[in-house]
Amino acid sequence: MTLTLFLFYLAAGIALLSTVLALTRANAAHALIFLIVSLLAIAVLFFFLGAPFAAALEIVIYAGAIMVLFVFVVMMLNLSEGSREQERAMLDFSNWWLPGLLTAVLLVELLYVLTAIESETSVRAVMPKEVGLSLFGPYVLGVELASMLLLAGLVGAYHLGHRFLQRDRGRRD
Amino acid sequence: MEILLTAVPMLPLASAAALLLYGRHMGQSLVTGLGVGSIGLAALTVLAIALQWQNATGPVTVLLWQWFSVGNFSVDLALRLDQLSLIWLCTITGIGFLIHLYSSEYMGKDDNYSRYFAYLNLFVAAMLLLVLGDSLLLLFLGWEGVGLCSYLLIGFWYGDSANGAAARKAFVVTRAGDAAMALGLFLLVAEFNTLNIQEVILAASTSWKAGDPLATLACLLIFAGAVGKSAQLPLQTWLPDAMAGPTPVSALIHAATMVTAGIYLVARLNGLFVLAPDVLFAIAAVGVATALMAACAALAQHDIKRILAYSTISQLGYMFLALGIQAWDAGVFHMMTHAFFKALLFLAAGAVIECLHHEQDIRKMGGLRTHLPVPFWSFLIGSAALAALPATAGFASKDLILLRAWEVAGSGVWLWSVAAIAAMITALYSFKLVFVVFFGELKTEATHQPGWRMALPLTLLCGLSIVGGWISLPLAEVLPLAANDPAHGTIAIVSAAIPIVGVALAYFIFLGGQVNTTGLTQSPAGRWTAEYWLQGWGMDRLYDRLLVQPYASLAQWWRGEPMDRVVALLTGSAVAIHEQLSVSQSGRLGRYVAVLSAGLIVMLTLMLVRANS
Amino acid sequence: MGAEMVPVEHVLVLAGLLFVIGLFGLMLRRNIIFMLMALEVMLNSAALAFIAAGARWGQADGQVIFMFILAIAAAEVSVGLGLVLQMRRQLQSLDMNDAVRLRG
Repeated sequence: MTLTLFLFYLAAGIALLSTVLALTRANAAHALIFLIVSLLAIAVLFFFLGAPFAAALEIVIYAGAIMVLFVFVVMMLNLSEGSREQERAMLDFSNWWLPGLLTAVLLVELLYVLTAIESETSVRAVMPKEVGLSLFGPYVLGVELASMLLLAGLVGAYHLGHRFLQRDRGRRD
Repeated sequence: MEILLTAVPMLPLASAAALLLYGRHMGQSLVTGLGVGSIGLAALTVLAIALQWQNATGPVTVLLWQWFSVGNFSVDLALRLDQLSLIWLCTITGIGFLIHLYSSEYMGKDDNYSRYFAYLNLFVAAMLLLVLGDSLLLLFLGWEGVGLCSYLLIGFWYGDSANGAAARKAFVVTRAGDAAMALGLFLLVAEFNTLNIQEVILAASTSWKAGDPLATLACLLIFAGAVGKSAQLPLQTWLPDAMAGPTPVSALIHAATMVTAGIYLVARLNGLFVLAPDVLFAIAAVGVATALMAACAALAQHDIKRILAYSTISQLGYMFLALGIQAWDAGVFHMMTHAFFKALLFLAAGAVIECLHHEQDIRKMGGLRTHLPVPFWSFLIGSAALAALPATAGFASKDLILLRAWEVAGSGVWLWSVAAIAAMITALYSFKLVFVVFFGELKTEATHQPGWRMALPLTLLCGLSIVGGWISLPLAEVLPLAANDPAHGTIAIVSAAIPIVGVALAYFIFLGGQVNTTGLTQSPAGRWTAEYWLQGWGMDRLYDRLLVQPYASLAQWWRGEPMDRVVALLTGSAVAIHEQLSVSQSGRLGRYVAVLSAGLIVMLTLMLVRANS
Repeated sequence: MGAEMVPVEHVLVLAGLLFVIGLFGLMLRRNIIFMLMALEVMLNSAALAFIAAGARWGQADGQVIFMFILAIAAAEVSVGLGLVLQMRRQLQSLDMNDAVRLRG
C-alpha cells in the first residue's frame, strides 16, 4: 500500500469517526467541533481525489462559514451545557432501535448497489481554471439561480432573526 | 244559429273573466247583474236556439278554430248541437239561472260576493263546453274545468281548513277517475287517431266487434272517469264532504249539473259502450249497488245536507242502472227530473238553514211547517218527487227505470228487487226528513222568511217537479230506444206502490209514533248499523287506512330527506377516512423522517428487485 | 496530482456511510440544532459523492455541482438558524417534540 493510499484511508476513517462522535454528543459545542474535524478530513479526501478547488471551498465556506454560523447560534442561545435528559434519551434503546434498523437496511442496500461496480479506477485532477470555465460556460444559469437562492436566504434570515435581536436589545436598554 | 250556439258558453265565460279581473272593484248590484244576467241571457239564447232548431234538421256543428295538430292527429275546437246536448243545455242554463238568482240573496251578505259569482259563472261555462264539445278532448277540458270550479267552490270559505280539506278530497278522488278516463282517451287515440266523438263511434263500430277486449278496456276506463265525477262506488266518498260549500253550490254542482257529467259521457258514447256488454253490465251493477248503499246511508244521517248528498248519489245510481240496461232515454229522463227536484230540495234546505241561522242538524229542528211555509211546501213536493210518488215528475222517470230493469233477461229480477228496496228506503228517509223537520214541536226558531229571490226559484222548481214528468224528450235520433213499451200489469202496480209503502212507514215511525223502532235502533246491532251507515259504510275509514295513511307516512319519511342521506353517506365516509388518515399527521418531525426513510428503503428495494429480475 | 490510483468506489461507499450516519442522527436527536447538523452531514456526503464522480470521469461538473450544494447548504442553514431563533422565542425550548402545533 502506498503512502497516498494509507493517508487516504486514514482521512476517511477520521471523517467517519468524527461524524459519529459529532452526532452523539450531548454538548452542542463539542458536537460542532467534531463536525468541523469531519469536514476538514473530507477536505483532505477532496485533495486526494484531485479536486483542490473543492477542498479549499470545503474548508473556507463549509467549515469556515456555515459551521461558524452554527457556533454563533449555539453561543447566543447558551446551548453548550447540554442536558442530562438529552443524554439519557440518546442512550435509551426504545429511542434508537427504529432509526438504527432503518439506517442499517438502507446501508445494506447502498452497499449492495455500490459494490457492484469494479474498483481501482484512476482519477484525474481537475484544476480550478477548468471549474471556473465550466461555471461561466455551460453552468452560468445555475450560478445565477444559486445567487438568487442566496438572496432569498439572506432576506429570510434577516427577517427571522430581526425581531429576536430587537427584543434582546430592548431589554438590555 | 252558429252565433247563438257560440254565445251560449261564451257569455258565462266572459262574465266570469270580467268578475275575476275586476269583481273586487264592482258594486254588488253590478256583480249581481253580470253574474245572474249572463246566465239568464244564456238561458234565453238556449230558448231561441231550441225554437229555431225545430225547423232545422240534423245536428249543428260550429267550428271555432283548430286547437292543435300534431303529426296526423288534430283536434278542432268545435261545438255540436243535437237533442242530447240540447237537453243538457236547457237544464244547465235554466236551473243554473234559478240557482244564480237564489244565490244573489243567499250570498248577499258574504264578503266574497264577486268571487263567488265569478267561480259559479266559470263553472257554468265549463259545463256548457263539456256538453257542447264535439271532440272528447274538448269534453275533457270541460270535465277538468268543472272539477276545478267544484274545488274552488267547495273550499269557498277557505278560512276554515276543514273546507279546504273537503275540497282537496273532492279533487283528489275525482282525479283518480279522471286519470283512468285519460288512459281511455289515450287508448282511443292510439287505435283510431282521432278524438272527434262521431268519428270515434263510427271507427269503433267498424273495427271492433261486440265484446272486443280493447273496446271493453276503453269503455271500462271511460266509465271509471264517470264513476269518479258522478260519485258512484267506489269513488263516492267525496260528495258528502262536498257539502262544506255554500248550499246553492251544492244544488247546482253536486245535484243538478256536474255530477250528471258522467251520465252525459256514457249516454253520448253509447255507440261505443254497446260494443262492450260486460262493461254495461258492470255499469248497471255498480249503479244499483250504489243506489241501495247510498239510500241506507242517507237513512242514518243527521245533517240535512248530507242526507240530500247521499240521496243524490243514490239517484245517480238509478241513472247508471238505466244506462247499463241500455234504457238510455230513461236514464236521461231521470237526469232531467232529478235536476228539478234535487235542486228544489237543496234550495229549500238552504232556505231552512239560512232562516234557522245556519243550523244543519235535523235533530235540532222541528215544527217548522207553519213558520216556514215556502220551504215546507218545497220540501213536501220535492220529497214526493224524490220518493217517486205518483203524479210527480220523479214517478215518471224512476218507474220507467224500474220497469225496464224488470224486463232485462236473466238478472232483471235481481236488478228490480235491489232497485225497489232502494226506492222504499228512499221514500223512507225523504219523508223522515220532512216529518222530523217540519212536524212535531218547534226546537229552533226561524229568524226570518226567505225573500223573493229565494222563493221564486223554489216555486218554479216546485212546478217543474210536478209537471216535468210530462215532458217528452225527443231522443229518438240520438239514442237507441227500446223497441217495445215498458212492462205493464202487476209489476207496474207493485213498482208504483212501493214508495207509498215507504211513506206510510215513515209516517208511522216518525210522525204517528205507532211503530216503535227504539227496540231495533237502540239494540247493539242496530246502533252499530246506524253508526256504520252514518260513516258511509266505513269507506272513508277504509280509504284512510289503505291509501291516505301509507301515503302520509311515506311523505313523512321522505321529509327526512333519504336521498340527502345517501349523498351524506358519501361525505360522511370521506370525513371518516380523513379522520383516520389525519392520525398520521402527528406534527412530530422525527416521525416524519422515519416514515420518509422507510419509504425510501421500500422504493430502493423495489428498484433493486426489478433491476435483478 | 495527476492520475492517481484512488479507489473511487470506496469513496462512494464512504459517502453512503456518512449519509446513513447523518440519517441516523436526524432520526435519533430531538434537539433541532443537532438535527440541522445531521442535515449538514447528509449534504456533505452527497457533495463527496459528486466530487468522487467528477474525479472518476475527469470532468469539472462534479466540482460545479459541489459548489451549488454549498450554496444550498448556506442558504438553508441561515434560514434554518433563523427559524431556530424564532422557535426559541415562541416555544422557549428547542425540543422538536414541543413543536407539534401543525398536527391533525
